Amino acid sequence: MSFLRSAPWLAGLGFILGLAGYAFYQGKGWSYLSNDPRACVNCHIMRDQYESWQHSSHRNWATCNDCHMPHTFLGKWTTKAVSGLRHSVAFTTGRFPEPIVITPWNKAIALDNCVACHRPVVEQMLLRPGVHGPEDLNCTACHGNVGHRALK
Amino acid sequence: MEIGELEVDPAVWGQNFPLHYDRFLRTREEYGRTAYGGGVRYDKLAEKPFLKLAWAGHPFSVDYKEDRGHHYAQLDQYQTKRTTEFKQPGACLNCHTGEFVKLVAEIGWDTLNRTPYNEFRERLAAGGHLGVTCADCHDPKTMALRITRPALENALKAQGKDWRQASRQEMRSLVCAQCHVEYYFLGEGKTLTFPWSRGTSVEAIEAHYDAYGFKDWTHAITQAPMIKMQHPEYELYTTSVHHQAGVACADCHMPYIRVGGMKISDHWIRSPLTQVAQSCQTCHRVPEAELLNRVKTIQDRTKELATTTEKALEDAILAIQKAMEAGVPDEALEEARKLHRAAQLRWDFVDAENSMGFHSPQEAARILLHATDLARQAQLAAERALAKR
Repeated sequence: MSFLRSAPWLAGLGFILGLAGYAFYQGKGWSYLSNDPRACVNCHIMRDQYESWQHSSHRNWATCNDCHMPHTFLGKWTTKAVSGLRHSVAFTTGRFPEPIVITPWNKAIALDNCVACHRPVVEQMLLRPGVHGPEDLNCTACHGNVGHRALK
Repeated sequence: MEIGELEVDPAVWGQNFPLHYDRFLRTREEYGRTAYGGGVRYDKLAEKPFLKLAWAGHPFSVDYKEDRGHHYAQLDQYQTKRTTEFKQPGACLNCHTGEFVKLVAEIGWDTLNRTPYNEFRERLAAGGHLGVTCADCHDPKTMALRITRPALENALKAQGKDWRQASRQEMRSLVCAQCHVEYYFLGEGKTLTFPWSRGTSVEAIEAHYDAYGFKDWTHAITQAPMIKMQHPEYELYTTSVHHQAGVACADCHMPYIRVGGMKISDHWIRSPLTQVAQSCQTCHRVPEAELLNRVKTIQDRTKELATTTEKALEDAILAIQKAMEAGVPDEALEEARKLHRAAQLRWDFVDAENSMGFHSPQEAARILLHATDLARQAQLAAERALAKR
């Protein structure tokens, strides 16, 4: 009897698990746990960025994650979770600008990462940062095509 | 090494910052002329005789030369006939000596403004060439950008702004706005003041002066109460698309350059036309020749507009002169004189601004259009008054 009563539930759970597993498999879910830039082109929205990155000066040195994820363990996985959730909602509902635009939060991460690698070169430009308020040195204002710029 | 709070000698700062100092020293180089400016002390009155007519009765009609680099900020003024043949207040020293910070600490800003310029001559001579120095823009302890000129601080305060809240990028323009702005000496105290109480557009500046009933001088020919505009670079620039895009003065005039393994902002401050690669091409990825051609187009057009305005102004001045010689009474010429003042302060806004329109091409064109219209109206008013007599 208990079997008969739990059967619909088990069937429902099985259906959801199956659906989730299928979505995970079809969406190459495991790839998002890696550092491989190809994970970003799972989504065709990112194709232009990926292709122009392949032609960029940074190709041999920096992957998507090197610039777009914080370099700390907690920061990296939190960002992956938050951005991933946002992307899945945006790309499912279709409510996002095209070409895609970086959020202020993600941009701040990217700018931090410019400095993280280039600090020895830009040290003299960063003298006592933040003394006047928000630190708003904007590398990409001028170097917008360094990481990637969608190919024309 | 520790840099003192009142240290104005760039060489001392240079011991801590040799890369910046090395570039800064080059502001003494007379690097040559650009199409409409440059770093050579050429005579502007000789190149455009109209200026003598426009500024009749004002010291600028006696001596007006292109200014050289920041190194000469004190020297060029020390030598101009505008100070040697005319009485000027110490207020000039707000921007024309590297000793400013020290002088204010010693005698106070009010006394500095009020004291005649010539009473400082010996001291200035003893200091040598001391033009713009590190202390003018930098905090000696933190090297952060700072505002040292009370006139700018006051002008911002009047607008409810505080430079201490400004972003780094805003500061990279505001330090320039300490001097590269329109200004006047207010009242008996000769207090250096920026006419920004109503805003920084040419109309807002005009409204500020009109509210005071202020005049810089009386025109020697038309007897109109005139305003002499002086290099409103900051004001014009803030109307531009570059400014909208967040570009600061320093981005083009002090672009980042590579020195050895370091990037620094170039303290050899000069025309961006002398270093298009660093100044323009970091953002605009097109060939240098194309960019230079773009600038030249803008400047040539502004020049063409300005020349049209000058012809109209000349006609207005001569029409008022003719009416006066025919005995038209002052009351009948009031309208024409008012229009002469309004027209010329607009033209001068663009003429005195150091970029031949480039800092904000559309705004410069708009201002010159109104200047031309007002000048022709002045001419008409004078001719009508003459016909009525």
